Amino acid sequence: MSKILIIAEHGDGRLNQSTARCVSCALQIDGAGADVLVLGDDCATVAAEAASLQGVARVLSVQRPENAAPLAAVLAPQVAALAAGYSHVLGPSTTFGKDLMPRVAALLGVAQVSDLMAVEGPRRFRRPVYAGNAIVTVEVAEGRPVVATVRTASFKPSTAGGAASIESVGSAAALPGHSRFVELRRGGGGARPDLQTARVVVSGGRGVGSEANFTLLYQLADKIGAAVGASRAAVDAGYVPNDMQVGQTGKIIAPELYLAFGISGAIQHLTGIKDAGLIVAINKDPEASIFQAADIGLVGDLFEIIPALERALG
Amino acid sequence: MQKIMVCLKRVVDYNVRIRLRPDHSGVVSDGVKMSINPFDEIALEEALRLRERGLASEVFVVSIGPSDCQQQLRTGLAMGADRAVLVEEDGEVAPLTAARAFLKLVEREQPDLVLLGKQAIDDDCNQTGQMLAALWDRPQATFASKLEVNGGSATVTREVDAGLEVIEVELPAVVTADLRLNEPRYVKLPEIMKAKKKPLETLTLGGLGVEADTSLRTLAWNEPQERQKGVMVSDVPALVAALHDKGFFN
Ligand SMILES: Cc1cc2nc3c(=O)[nH]c(=O)nc-3n(C[C@H](O)[C@H](O)[C@H](O)COP(=O)(O)OP(=O)(O)OC[C@H]3O[C@@H](n4cnc5c(N)ncnc54)[C@H](O)[C@@H]3O)c2cc1C
Ligand SMILES: Nc1ncnc2c1ncn2[C@@H]1O[C@H](COP(=O)(O)O)[C@@H](O)[C@H]1O
Repeated sequence: MSKILIIAEHGDGRLNQSTARCVSCALQIDGAGADVLVLGDDCATVAAEAASLQGVARVLSVQRPENAAPLAAVLAPQVAALAAGYSHVLGPSTTFGKDLMPRVAALLGVAQVSDLMAVEGPRRFRRPVYAGNAIVTVEVAEGRPVVATVRTASFKPSTAGGAASIESVGSAAALPGHSRFVELRRGGGGARPDLQTARVVVSGGRGVGSEANFTLLYQLADKIGAAVGASRAAVDAGYVPNDMQVGQTGKIIAPELYLAFGISGAIQHLTGIKDAGLIVAINKDPEASIFQAADIGLVGDLFEIIPALERALG
Repeated sequence: MQKIMVCLKRVVDYNVRIRLRPDHSGVVSDGVKMSINPFDEIALEEALRLRERGLASEVFVVSIGPSDCQQQLRTGLAMGADRAVLVEEDGEVAPLTAARAFLKLVEREQPDLVLLGKQAIDDDCNQTGQMLAALWDRPQATFASKLEVNGGSATVTREVDAGLEVIEVELPAVVTADLRLNEPRYVKLPEIMKAKKKPLETLTLGGLGVEADTSLRTLAWNEPQERQKGVMVSDVPALVAALHDKGFFN
């Protein structure tokens, strides 16, 4: 039997949806579900949200002023102490989980399974390597805790309908004072849907040409209720902020519909959209490799196609 | 700052099309172009710039892997590192094993800053820097896109899902480089010649007293699932019809 602990991700007093996806993964490892650990300075709302997810057995909440910002060096010793007795410790494969979980794994003296994408057994999992060009099956040795980050695009979020208990737990772990949060400068999403949870994503590459031209994509996105993403080239060129980057080193997303404009289709980009339901590519170069990956392709100039599309869908 | 340690991993070049070996025991690496992991090149560039600005006096590079890693270490020396350390190991080196070896070197060398890439583009683990920081019990600043050193501390801007996070860490610390931290320099021929004379020390995992981590075993290698071949449409009305057909925007 497995005993699973999930480290909740939250911000602005809300539970991040990545946690609900970890719960679905946990349910595949063991149908009994999982405990969720919320670390924060004021976590009542987040804990209540976690408690309402199907598959959550208990919510443990550790409230300390030091937990106000998610500093891995501060959170890891608390997680490692509370992990005792658990066979699995899971976190999301978001920048929060990628920062924290390896630090936890090292404190526990075990390897980490990064980007867990499929469960083959309680200790056997699949994960992508080489930017998704190969998939490996890995197994964690018996008698060692499984520490993993869950590739959120591979699991649907667990839905509400649960009613887990919430327990406040203390943490005696000694916390370091060598790291200090200064500020979070928010990116470009604004009021648009979140890139990682949106049903539809409109994405632009170097072909969009400038920051000003990205307005075209924002307008289309707003008309159809989509989030906006970008390729690395578009971010590097300064057209959009970094948090909009999709791909191997940006966000891995799984929208139902992905509309790519002026993106060539480099493997590092494609690895971020493999799990999209439908990929539509618009590119003026008929040879662009994105057409190999797309479900629907249209050769043409994005500056003509976007306004026409906006009119047709509006 | 006295010393900066930079970790360079030898990986299949990012432009190479990855193919599985016919027996599925791994990916084809014979006769394939190998390079410094791109994130590590950025880490080294950052260290060199700190030294050039007079904020550090020495930069040394470290790699763990087969003796061929000397090529990547020589490239690092040609970029401007002062000396190199190779920890020779022919088998697979898991992130925890690498972190344990780096800790041994950290204890010996007492660097003020250790720079790594945020992730190796072969295993895509994104773990080693965080693990080293945990074992060393020092701060970590992962996914750095800006690094400012001010006396005994560093202010680091990190690329996170919500935007840019700024944290301040006391030195010594571990920082992992993201793509936008800088653009690495090109090495010039004379530098390559000069690099041949720079010191390169060879150690072994066993010699360092490092226990290899065996808690995770790779059982199988497979191709990713192929998507079904798509269709091309000729104009916007046809695209809209196809979207409607798939159940969108009806
Ligand atoms: C270690 C590493 C990690 C990386 N991680 C990522 C990542 O996470 N995400 C990512 O995206 N990339 C990543 N990259 C970069 C990747 O290799 C590509 O360089 C990048 O994706 C290219 O972006 P692009 O398609 O926008 O630009 P380009 O390759 O320059 O393509 C632009 C396209 O726009 C088309 N175009 C131009 N004008 C028009 C027009 N008017 N109408 C229609 N089409 C037009 C062109 O035909 C062309 O195909 C990474 C690279 C490395 C080395
Ligand atoms: N064998 C190695 N030799 C040198 N550096 C390494 C090695 N393994 C990992 N690293 C460093 O750790 C970073 C992250 O690697 P990984 O955790 O494997 O994604 C890399 O970008 C390197 O800087």
